[in-house]
Amino acid sequence: MTATGAAVAASTGLTDEERLLQETVRDFATRELAPGAGERDEAERFERPLFERMAQLGFTAAPFPEEAGGAGFSYRAWTLVMEEVAYADMAMAITLSVHILSQYPVFACGTEEQRRRWLGPMLTGEALGAFGLTEPHAGSDASAIRTRALRIGVAGSPQAYRVTGSKIWISNAPDAERYLVFATVDPDAGSAGITAFLVEKGMPGFRLGRKERKMGIKACPAAELIFEAMEVPAENRLGAEGEGYRIALSALGEGRISIAAACTGLAQAALDAAARHLTERRAFGGPLSEQQGLRFMLAEMAQKVAAARALTRAAAEAKDRGEPIGEAASLAKWTASDAAMSVTTDAVQLFGGSGYSRELPVERMMRDAKGAQIYEGTNQIHRLIVAEQVLKRAAEAR
Amino acid sequence: MRIVVLLKAVPVVGTERLTSDLRTDRSGTLEANGADEYLLEAALKLAETSGAEVTLLTIGPAGATEALRKGLAMGAASAVHVADDQISGSDGTQTVELLAAALGRLEYELVFCGADSSDGGGGVVPAALAVRLGLPYLSYASQIEPAPDGSSVRIRRLNPTGYDVLEAPTPALVMGTQVLGEPRYPSLRGIMQARSKQVQTWTLADLGFEPSAVGAAAARTAVVSAERPPERGGATVIRDEPDAAVQQIVEFLATRRLL
Ligand SMILES: Cc1cc2nc3c(=O)[nH]c(=O)nc-3n(C[C@H](O)[C@H](O)[C@H](O)COP(=O)(O)OP(=O)(O)OC[C@H]3O[C@@H](n4cnc5c(N)ncnc54)[C@H](O)[C@@H]3O)c2cc1C
Repeated sequence: MTATGAAVAASTGLTDEERLLQETVRDFATRELAPGAGERDEAERFERPLFERMAQLGFTAAPFPEEAGGAGFSYRAWTLVMEEVAYADMAMAITLSVHILSQYPVFACGTEEQRRRWLGPMLTGEALGAFGLTEPHAGSDASAIRTRALRIGVAGSPQAYRVTGSKIWISNAPDAERYLVFATVDPDAGSAGITAFLVEKGMPGFRLGRKERKMGIKACPAAELIFEAMEVPAENRLGAEGEGYRIALSALGEGRISIAAACTGLAQAALDAAARHLTERRAFGGPLSEQQGLRFMLAEMAQKVAAARALTRAAAEAKDRGEPIGEAASLAKWTASDAAMSVTTDAVQLFGGSGYSRELPVERMMRDAKGAQIYEGTNQIHRLIVAEQVLKRAAEAR
Repeated sequence: MRIVVLLKAVPVVGTERLTSDLRTDRSGTLEANGADEYLLEAALKLAETSGAEVTLLTIGPAGATEALRKGLAMGAASAVHVADDQISGSDGTQTVELLAAALGRLEYELVFCGADSSDGGGGVVPAALAVRLGLPYLSYASQIEPAPDGSSVRIRRLNPTGYDVLEAPTPALVMGTQVLGEPRYPSLRGIMQARSKQVQTWTLADLGFEPSAVGAAAARTAVVSAERPPERGGATVIRDEPDAAVQQIVEFLATRRLL
């Protein structure tokens, strides 16, 4: 069940508090999340009471300092939470990850007043958060978003903004109360016009569009956001006009480490399930685990999980030290989501026909893995980010 | 009101092993004994409802710290860890003597302990400790209700037709069962707060014990042999719609005259 004893054990190098955190989340996830995960996936149902229980235990406040109302854990500790939740239920891990993603910028760039007003209910999990960047015409090229924010009042200090446009694929959207929404105040300015807004459910002019019909993480519903001249008061603008793109990228840097951790947990779950199956299933006069070809597969799966975990922890530790994380986060997210896809696919293979059945969890794990190669920057985009850093260093070295 | 909860650190359930001299191997990872956690939960509820102060007491090797850390993270106010290499190998009577000595240095109205420990035991510690301390012994509690002023305690003990009510003046020793309720998970804030809570470590000398009075050499009981339980026979797994499955189970039980 647990990852302890793995080549790069999940508990290696952790502080006492981090180990207790890991055990606590593992215990909770095993007992409360794992049993219903398959059923929630079939029903495409997000279970708010489960989210609330995680919030009561402080999962939603984990990586924020105590002064800000958080639990005071490091970002490395946050990756432990993600790993353990995703081990049991990837959809719930993504709900949680997006919730944190949508409040981190408020913590990092918000005014004192905004932090107080906005973060309180999100840290306690009374309000669920969503992150609204992607549009029908702008995914990878996020600087091309068209959702328009028109100033109302004096140009220099507008009283409010009138927002018109739409967002698609917004995770948590159907159940969320708070949305971090990116819109442009100047469509000709490209990324320099993008501005972040704090949007609440029920604001006049804001409604949900269609619900996405997804392949995986079905218990983490996503939907379209539609803004029809929605009026957002100026005090809900996060950061200055034009700062939105930087805010989005910085939030995604952290978010990608969180996604990488979730992918590591998902891959570990598939690896453990496959290893158990190979020991239990007998064919050709012995357990399948005696077949060298399958042992090689298992070893390669373990290799990918260990690499994913190592890069994820390295990125989180860089963040905890206050270093730039762009490249490390991209490497971690790309490696870990590819690991999750590959390991879950191999797990289905090792289970044979039963692996393809919806009676067992490995097919869900495989469907759940795919999205992570796409959201929070496709793995192609991560290659671009890494290449840019490599070339920058090469140019500097000359 | 002050409650001392006896919390044993046991090998992680499922990983128990015997040493070559037939003692429980405590060198691996230890965790809080499950049966004790029910009592800790009961104590923490009393802390919430009536402001009781909860202290943990354990006797065990250095690895017992993990169990204490979890108990503190769950909400206990402080902890006492009796640790000394000489203690290893002590039997039930010596454990009782050590616990009595440690409790002698603490102030309390109630002592809580679990019904058994998952790494094996003789079933004597709670009752013997009560006798040794001259405390009223209220066992197998399914509910614990101290008087508002802390001068007495009343418990319920389940019996085949309902429950008995037992009442005694404090200080008293209560042994309870899992009917008390599921233990809580430590909260993340609790884990962080536990860092600044006090854990006192007491040695044999602190308790006024000669090293020769405890440990295997001085034990009055010894394990002479140990055997694995026989392998379990093949299980019959019934996979069917609920109604049909129930029918088959009923028939199975009926053929064995178990219904
Ligand atoms: C399950 C799920 C949840 C999501 N949740 C959210 C959310 O909560 N909030 C949010 O804002 N968005 C969310 N998204 C949207 C997600 O971020 C985008 O789908 C993603 O950024 C890709 O954008 P796109 O779909 O427009 O694809 P495109 O950008 O059109 O890309 C199509 C393909 O082209 C490749 N490509 C594009 N540009 C380049 C290039 N320059 N070089 C090489 N290859 C390139 C891509 O890698 C991809 O393979 C979610 C998506 C999914 C699937």
